[in-house]
Amino acid sequence: MKIKIIVTLKKSVLDPQGTVIQQALNGMGFNDVNEVRQGKFFEINIDEKDQNKAEEKADEMCKKLLANLVIEDYKIIGSQ
Amino acid sequence: MNSSVITFPGSNCDRDMDVALKKFGFKNKMVWHNDVELPKSELVVLPGGFSYGDYLRCGSMASKSRIMKSVINFAKSGGKIMGICNGFQILVETGLLPGVLLRNKYLEFICKNVFVKVNNKNNPYFKDIKKDTLELHIAHNEGNYFCSKEQIKEINNNNQIALYYSDKDGKINENTNPNGSIKNIAGVFNKEKNVLGMMPHPERMIDPDLSGEDGSIFFKNLINNLK
Repeated sequence: MKIKIIVTLKKSVLDPQGTVIQQALNGMGFNDVNEVRQGKFFEINIDEKDQNKAEEKADEMCKKLLANLVIEDYKIIGSQ
Repeated sequence: MNSSVITFPGSNCDRDMDVALKKFGFKNKMVWHNDVELPKSELVVLPGGFSYGDYLRCGSMASKSRIMKSVINFAKSGGKIMGICNGFQILVETGLLPGVLLRNKYLEFICKNVFVKVNNKNNPYFKDIKKDTLELHIAHNEGNYFCSKEQIKEINNNNQIALYYSDKDGKINENTNPNGSIKNIAGVFNKEKNVLGMMPHPERMIDPDLSGEDGSIFFKNLINNLK
């Protein structure tokens, strides 16, 4: 089963990289861009056929390694 | 006095730390990240560098390496652990220290001397240091200390803030904050004060000809206090 996960900085955490990207986009003429938040995307192949079990494991992976919950949120956005 | 310095793939201040510890009287051993047991030590040091190429988040991969189980147990039994720079990042990723280190505010790698004000001297790391501020070296890309509002209250109440970025006279303000750290924090303790993490490198300030000697003050004091 393939699981897709995104990890993003929490709203309360400054994202200087996102800010610089936003400024670059504005400079390129995308003037209507008013915020950019940069995150991470993971695609994980797991030998598990049961979707619930696979997502449970992915959840544990996020908590233990993929995200740092002090500053980041994670979301399992799909499994197939 | 026995100490251990852990080398992770990508550590690059491990040998400097070894030189510094030996210079001030420690019998130091280098320990490989894939080892299981720590040698008998009164002090364990996680050195600076770029462990695992800073993949995922700085320190995150190293915090899961094999030796870290023993390091965490050592901390929990009251052992003294010091994390410098990348070592500090590893310690926050293990959860032994509160908070996290983000990219520097202006996205620059900072490499310069700074002054830090010692906030808490009631611990073996800074007890008996007469100076209130030390001149130390920083070199990092992710040194912007961050924690939640609740955590900052907690670490303040428990006197866990070890060092602030300051000027020579100990003044703490935005101008003396190199990287955007909350409250100018440069180093923190755990609640029990046996674990210390800090961004500045004392091991780079031990030679009167090449640098200052404020690192020497730190190490001389440390070995005396651990005796």
